[in-house]
Amino acid sequence: MNINWFKYASPAAFYPLAGRMIPWFAGVAAVLVVLSLLWGFLGTADQLGGSNPQKEYYRIIYIHVAGAWMSMWLYLVLAGWSAIGLVFNTRLSFMMAKAVAPTGAIFTFIALWTGAFWGRPSWGTYWDWDPRLTSELILFFLYIGYIALHSAIDDTRRADRAAALLAIVGLVMLPVIYWSINCPDPTQCAALHQRSAPGSIHPSIRWPMLGVTLGFWSYSFAVAFARLRDIILLREKDSAWVQGLLQGEPKQ
Amino acid sequence: MLGTFISILGRDLTLALRRRTDVLTVLFFFLIVVSLFPLGVGSERALLRELGPGVVWVAALLASMLALERLFAADHEDGTLEQMLLTPQPLGLLVLAKVLAHWLLTGLPLVLIAPLIAMQYHLQDSQMLIMMASLLLGTPTLGLIGAIGAALTLGLRGGGILLSLLILPLYIPILIYGEGAVTVSAIALADAEPYLMLLGALLLLALLLGPWAAAAALRISVE
Repeated sequence: MNINWFKYASPAAFYPLAGRMIPWFAGVAAVLVVLSLLWGFLGTADQLGGSNPQKEYYRIIYIHVAGAWMSMWLYLVLAGWSAIGLVFNTRLSFMMAKAVAPTGAIFTFIALWTGAFWGRPSWGTYWDWDPRLTSELILFFLYIGYIALHSAIDDTRRADRAAALLAIVGLVMLPVIYWSINCPDPTQCAALHQRSAPGSIHPSIRWPMLGVTLGFWSYSFAVAFARLRDIILLREKDSAWVQGLLQGEPKQ
Repeated sequence: MLGTFISILGRDLTLALRRRTDVLTVLFFFLIVVSLFPLGVGSERALLRELGPGVVWVAALLASMLALERLFAADHEDGTLEQMLLTPQPLGLLVLAKVLAHWLLTGLPLVLIAPLIAMQYHLQDSQMLIMMASLLLGTPTLGLIGAIGAALTLGLRGGGILLSLLILPLYIPILIYGEGAVTVSAIALADAEPYLMLLGALLLLALLLGPWAAAAALRISVE
C-alpha cells in the first residue's frame, strides 16, 4: 500500500480536512464531557468524607485533574510540533503549534482556578504554594511567554522559529512539573497533592475522570483545528486557492 | 578555537572596561534592591535573617535580567554579530565566550559583594560563605539561560520586558535551590551540600545545552 503521508502537510490540503473533522471532534467532546460530568457529579458516591457532607466538593477533581493533564500534554504537543517545524521546516507544523498554545494556556488556567476553589474549603486557603500548583503556574507562564514572543515578532518566519525554540527550551521544565510531587524539602513545602496512580482510584471516580479527559482532548482537537483554519487563511491569503475560496467557489 | 574564545572574551572585557558605568549600574541596582527590603518590611533582626537569602537571590535574578538585554544588542546594532555568524568558528563557542565575559562583569561582582549583603541582613558568617558559593554556582547558569532569551528577543520592540517574561520562569529552579542552600545553612552547614550540588548540576546542564540553544536562537533572529 502506498500512502502519501505528506499530502496533508500542505495547508491547502489540510484546510478542508480540518473543516470536516471539527464537527466530529466537537460532537465527541460535548457527549463525553456532558455524560462523564453527569456521572461524576450525580452518579458517584461521596468517597472522601463518609458521614461528612461537606466533602461533596471533591467532585471538582473531574475538571481539575483532566485540565491539569491536558495542560501538560498540550505543552508536549506544542513542543513536538515546534521541533518538527524546526527540523523539517514545514509551515503547517508551526501553524499547529501556534493553534494549540492558547488552548493549553486555558487548560492550565482551569487547573489553577479549580485548584484554588478546591483548596479553599479543603485546606482553608485559595493558594498554598503547593509544589504542583506552583509548577502549574510556571507552566502557565511558559505558555504566556510563547504567545507573547510569537505576537511580538512581526516577521512570521522569525516568529514561528523563535517561539518554537522557546517552546523546546521550556520543555526542560515539564519533567519538573510532572514529578513536582517530590518536594526537595518536605519541611519547606506543604504538599496538598499526594502520589497516586490511576489504578488506586475507585473505579466510579476513575472512569468519569478519564471520560472528561478524553472529552477535553477531543475539544482541544476541535478548537485547535478551528484556530488552525483561521491561521491558514490569514497566512495564505495571497494564494490562488484562498482567493478562489473567497470568490465563492463551492464551500469545503 | 581556543584563540577565538580568548579573543572574544578579551574584546568584550576591554569594551566593557572602557564604559565602566554599564557594569557598575548592575552592581548598584543589586545593592539598591537589596537595601530597599529592610525599609519596606521593617528592620527587625529575626525577620531580616529569614528574608535575607530569598531577597538576595531575587535581586540577583533581576540584576542578571537587567544586564542581559545588552548581551548581544550592541554587536547586533553595529553589525559585528553578523560577521561573527559568518565566521567558520562554532557559534556556540562564541556565545560561551560572550556569556563568560558577561558573567565576569556582572555576575562575579555580585558574588564578591555578598558579604556586605550578609552584614545588612545579619546573616551568620557560615551562611555568608554558603551564599557566596551558591551565587558562584548559580549566577553563571542565569547568564547561560538568559543568553537564549537575549538572542530570541534581539532587536524587538519592548525586548527587555519580553525577555523577563520568557526567562524568569526558567530561572525558578535556580532561585529555589540557591535560596534553599542559604536558608538551610542557618541550621546546619552540611545541609546545604545537596542544594549546592543541584546548583552545580544545573550549571553543567546549562553549559552543555545553553550556548548551543542560544546560537540557534541567534541564527533565527539574525537571518
